[in-house]
Amino acid sequence: MSIGISAWGVVAGVAIAKGGISLPLAIMMSVLVSAGSSQLAALPLISSDAPMWVVWATVACVNLRFLVYSFQYRPYFAHLPRSRRVVLSYFMGDTIFGIFLRRYPEPKREPGQVDFFWGAAIINWGCWQAAVITGILAGHAIPQEWGIGFAGTMALLALTCSQLRNRSTWVAAGVAGCAAVAAYALPLRMNIVVAIAAAVAIGVLAHHARKPEAA
Amino acid sequence: MSNTEIFFTILGMAAVTQLCRCFFLLPKEDLPMPRWLQEGLRYAPIAALMAVVAPEIVMTQGHLIHTWRDARLFGAATGLAFYVWRQDLLTTIVTGTGVMLVLRFGLGW
Repeated sequence: MSIGISAWGVVAGVAIAKGGISLPLAIMMSVLVSAGSSQLAALPLISSDAPMWVVWATVACVNLRFLVYSFQYRPYFAHLPRSRRVVLSYFMGDTIFGIFLRRYPEPKREPGQVDFFWGAAIINWGCWQAAVITGILAGHAIPQEWGIGFAGTMALLALTCSQLRNRSTWVAAGVAGCAAVAAYALPLRMNIVVAIAAAVAIGVLAHHARKPEAA
Repeated sequence: MSNTEIFFTILGMAAVTQLCRCFFLLPKEDLPMPRWLQEGLRYAPIAALMAVVAPEIVMTQGHLIHTWRDARLFGAATGLAFYVWRQDLLTTIVTGTGVMLVLRFGLGW
């Protein structure tokens, strides 16, 4: 498990280093944000001078899945003080969520849950940060002309594929891609916002058209 | 962007990410998850990722590429094929980037 995370972290780190931001800023981003996919999505926007709010909106959309996680963690952690809950939530990545729910599938309090979460979270976070920072340092040593920045694009493509679960998500992804290219001429990288809005609308419509009883 | 702007952009990114992570853990009482949110949640992440990635593959300097001899297209196609085959992030990235590098340096595309 940690080997997979570390390898993916190194690649993500190289991609971040090639995203055109300075070494200290890249490391700061990795530690503070600590969410690989949203960082990779933000980098092309930062290097093309998109306004801050477009970057934030994109990051928020990529991170919407965390809302679902935080909802599902409630039965386990709602009894803790609020500050503890906020600190715990910083460590809630995709991997931890998977591990924790496999270990405690019943949504109720049990002794040892918090300790289990901390153990898994610290190992996961440590491996991930070490790997990303290694990747960032290594990436800075590789010359720009090699075009390794493309690794970031490939990482994003792979992440996108991992979200393709059914036909409506395929439709939504297709619409988002076409809209983002077609609306590219808009100022302030507004094409991203247009593409997300179009894809969510079409995705919801496609879902309801296919299963009218679910409406 | 200047380094100061990037600095504040990153602070904002961290804040947005943290808010998403603890949103439903913040209130004392249980909040219901609204239906529109559940619907949108299904499509927003993939839409955001796709909207960033598509122009990166098929555009150069704000224009659609007009030759099929572009190393990125074949790199992306290879990566996709590997993802469909192995469902693995790492091999997708490594093979896709590898094909792109071979075409760029081997054939000068």
